[in-house]
Amino acid sequence: MLIKIKNKNDIPASEITDPEIFKQRREFIKQSGQFALAAAGTLAAPEILTAGTLPTPASSRAKIEGVVKGPYSTEQKPNKYKDITNYCNYYEFGTGKRDPAANAHTLKTSPWQVAIEGEVEKPGVYNLEDILKPHTLEERIYRFRCVEAWSMVVPWVGFPLSDLIKRFNPTSKAKYVEFTTLYDPENMPGQRRRILDWPYTEGLRMDEAMNPLTMMVVGLYGEVLPNQNGAPLRLIVPWKYGFKSIKSIAKIRFTDKQPATAWNSSAPSEYGFYSNVNPAVSHPRWSQAKERVLGSGFFAKKVETKIYNGYADQVASLYTGMDLRKFF
Amino acid sequence: MSNDQIMSWLFKPAVFLLCLVPLGFFSFDIYTENLSADPIEDATLFTGEWGLRFLLITLAITPLRRLTGWSRLLRLRRMLGLYAFFYASLHFMVWFWLDRELQLGDVIEDILKRPYITVGFSAFVMLIPLAVTSNKFSIRRLKQRWQSLHKLVYLIAGLGVLHFLWLVKADVQEPIIYGVILIILLGIRAWWDRTAKAA
Repeated sequence: MLIKIKNKNDIPASEITDPEIFKQRREFIKQSGQFALAAAGTLAAPEILTAGTLPTPASSRAKIEGVVKGPYSTEQKPNKYKDITNYCNYYEFGTGKRDPAANAHTLKTSPWQVAIEGEVEKPGVYNLEDILKPHTLEERIYRFRCVEAWSMVVPWVGFPLSDLIKRFNPTSKAKYVEFTTLYDPENMPGQRRRILDWPYTEGLRMDEAMNPLTMMVVGLYGEVLPNQNGAPLRLIVPWKYGFKSIKSIAKIRFTDKQPATAWNSSAPSEYGFYSNVNPAVSHPRWSQAKERVLGSGFFAKKVETKIYNGYADQVASLYTGMDLRKFF
Repeated sequence: MSNDQIMSWLFKPAVFLLCLVPLGFFSFDIYTENLSADPIEDATLFTGEWGLRFLLITLAITPLRRLTGWSRLLRLRRMLGLYAFFYASLHFMVWFWLDRELQLGDVIEDILKRPYITVGFSAFVMLIPLAVTSNKFSIRRLKQRWQSLHKLVYLIAGLGVLHFLWLVKADVQEPIIYGVILIILLGIRAWWDRTAKAA
C-alpha cells in the first residue's frame, strides 16, 4: 500500500526527512492555517521513503489539515493511490496514460490565480488562497467513469462548486459556466502540439454547476492533489464522463450562451456538451453499456454502466423532458 | 566450421529469440506488477503494436535485401511474417478473452458495428491463410497462386494501420508514423516495378 500516511505505525517523517525541511514544513502549515495546499511546490520533502522504494512523481505529498467527511460518498472501495495517480488522461502532459505522472512535475501550481469573469457581480483575478479560504474541505468518495469505458472510485477532497459560485454573485444572465485550464506551453509540453484546441475548456449549465454533487477539488486521499490529477484546482462532476471534470482551472466565466468545450469542438459527433454517463447512448466507435472497473488486474470484471453513473437520484431531474440521444 | 558457417548457422535462431524479447519485457512487467491500472489495455496495445511492427519489418525485408545486397535477410522473411501473425493472434485473444470476456454476442456486434474493429478483425482473418500456407509444401502446390495469395499482406498492413488510426481519440501521431513507413515500403516496390518494366 502506498497510503502509508494513514498508518499510525509508520516512522514519523521527522526521522527520515531532513530536520530543517521538516521544521519549515511545520512552520508553513501553522502559517497557512487549515490550508497546507500551496505547500505542494515548496515542500519537496519525500514523506515516507524507505530504502529500496522509488520516489513517485508525486514526491511532494503533503497532508491537508482539517478535512471533514462529506455527503454522497459511495460505499465502494476506493482505487489505490498508485492507480489513481498513474493512470490519467491529461493531454497537456502527453496522451499516454502514464505520461502525466511522468511529466506533470513541470506544472507550477504555486502561486496560482483564478480569473472570475463574465456575468458576475464580483469579477476579478483572485489568488488561489483567497478562493479557498472560506470553504471547509470535505472528503467525498465518488465513482469516476471515463468516456473510454473504464471506471475507478476516488476519494476526492474539496467543496461544493455552488458555495464558490454564490460568493461571486452571478447575474440573472448567467446561464452557463465555462472553465478554462491554464495555458502554459512552456511547462505543459502537450500544448505544443495541436491535439486539441488549447487551452482546454469545459462547461456546465448553471443548474448543473449548482447541483450539490458538483465539486471543486484540491486533494486526493486526504493529501494535496498531485499535478497529474489536475492540481491545484479541478472540477469533479461525477455523473458525467471524466473529460468534463476539467483540471488545473485558471478561469471561470459566467455566460448567457452555451460555451464551446474542448472535446466537443474536436469531435462534435463523439463528445456532446452534456456527456452524461448513459449506457443507452453509444460512443460512435464503442459501446457505453459496460465499464471495466479498474483495480483487479487482468481479471477486472466489466459491470453494467448505470445511467448518470449511478447518481440518477440526485441529477435525473435536471434533464426531465430532454431527448438524451439528441443532447448526449 | 568457418566463421561464416557459424554465423550462418546462428543467424536465424538468434533473430528468432530476438523477436521474443518484447514479449519477455512484457512478461517481466506483469511479474513485477509494473503495468498500469488497466493491464488489459496495456496488453491490447502491446500486442497490437508489435503485430503491426512485425508486419512492417516483414515488408521491409525485400527492399532491404535489394538495397544492401545481403541475401541472407530473405531467410528471415517467413519467420518474421509468422511473428506478425503470432503477435496479432495474441492481440485477438486479449481482445476476445480479457476485453470482451468471451461474450460472442458482444464480439459479433462489435465486428459488425464498429468500423475500426471490422477492419482490424478482417486483417487478422486474412493473416490466417498466409500463416497456414507459409510452408514449402504449399508453395509447391499452389505455384503461381501462392504469389497472388501472399500479396494480401499489402492489404493487411494497410488495414492494420487504418485500424490503429481509427481507434485513437485525438492524437494520430503514432498511427501516422506507421502509415508513412508503410507508404514508403510500398512506394519503393511500386517504383522498382515501374523502372523494371520501363527497362
